Amino acid sequence: MLTLVLPLTEAADEAPSPLLPHTAEIIFGFVFLVLLAIAFAKVVVPKFEKAYADRTAAIEGGMNEAKAAQAEAKAALEKYNAQLAEARQEAAKIREDAREQGAQIIAEMREQANAEAERIVTHARAQIDAERTQAVASLRGEVGTMATTLAGRIVGESLEDEARQRRTVERFLAELEESESARQAVGTDG
Amino acid sequence: MTAGVPTEFIPPGPQNFETPPIIHGVDWFTKPVLVSALSVVVIIWFFWGASRKAAIVPSKLQFAGELGYNFVRNSIARDAIGSADYMRFVPYLTGLFFFILLNNIAATIPLIQFPTFSHIGWAYVAAIMSWVIYNAVGIRKKGLWGYFKHQTMPAGVPVWLMPLMIPIEFISNILVRPISLSLRLFANMFAGHILLLVFVLGGEYMVFESGSIAIGGVGIITFLMALAIAGLELFVQAIQAYIFVVLTAQYIGSAIADEH
Repeated sequence: MLTLVLPLTEAADEAPSPLLPHTAEIIFGFVFLVLLAIAFAKVVVPKFEKAYADRTAAIEGGMNEAKAAQAEAKAALEKYNAQLAEARQEAAKIREDAREQGAQIIAEMREQANAEAERIVTHARAQIDAERTQAVASLRGEVGTMATTLAGRIVGESLEDEARQRRTVERFLAELEESESARQAVGTDG
Repeated sequence: MTAGVPTEFIPPGPQNFETPPIIHGVDWFTKPVLVSALSVVVIIWFFWGASRKAAIVPSKLQFAGELGYNFVRNSIARDAIGSADYMRFVPYLTGLFFFILLNNIAATIPLIQFPTFSHIGWAYVAAIMSWVIYNAVGIRKKGLWGYFKHQTMPAGVPVWLMPLMIPIEFISNILVRPISLSLRLFANMFAGHILLLVFVLGGEYMVFESGSIAIGGVGIITFLMALAIAGLELFVQAIQAYIFVVLTAQYIGSAIADEH
């Protein structure tokens, strides 16, 4: 403030109009403003703008990264879900197969048992038939002899003649057999 | 203090702004030249330091620099000029803003206490540079005749009003703007400083020279008033820097605007 007071003490004489500029100050003002504009244009603005651009890029990059990670996580989740569903489906299929297979095995076993039973029955029937045939054959011989003996005794006449004897027995047996087979047919039908 | 014949009080006036050259015989090296040169050094030093290692994660210094830079870049240049063209004016506007701001604030900094722009030459230079820039970019974009039409014939005005409109618009948009820009800044700084001088010198006179205790008491109150006015001036100094740059940006914006 002292420097301002000093001219006052020198007594105010004709001061120039405050609206008239000093030439030196106009030159300096121009130089300083141009200097500042150049300094800002060449150094400050590019540096700051580069920092802003980098910042924007960094933020965008970070956001993209996060987005990618999210997508990856989502894909993994979907994959696991798909795998789980597949596994479940497979388990269900296996269970179904086992059930089917079990049923098939049971059916097969039943069929086998039935076949076996039939076979046994058939076998037994065949054996019975064979035994019966054998029995009939042996009976036929015995019955023939006994009947001949009996008839000889009763008639008193020797039926030594072989041929005649055989013919008689044969005829008798044929009659016997016929009547028996007829009875048998009725019996099985009944 | 001494009861005697009071010396005459000489009210402060324009002569208070005529400081002697700092070095005797070097007439051009005045106080405003020194202060503004210092302000240029401080501005370049600060912003160079803040932007030198500009990184994604800013240091404290870079953050402070970005705060100031962003203020001019976004709230002044981009808002007034539009996001298409504003970047090429940011260096000038930023330099202009901080140059005016620091030189205005200098009036409040102890030991400096001189507003550079109370010497009208500085205000003239700044206003003429702004004037040249906004007219030049306007003419370059629209051509001389197109720019003249753009500035003097507002859209939607009936033809019969044109003889009236063209001179008015020409005077207000081309002739008066540099004068109003420079005078507003100069007058605010000049008047603020004179006001401060009145209270400080008046208070000093009343306390030390009046020889009356009552008037001395009033002088102390006057000193307190000077403090309050200094605070108000700080506000005015910042506002004036802002207004000057906002208006410059608006003139540029309206000069290159596509429509009225």
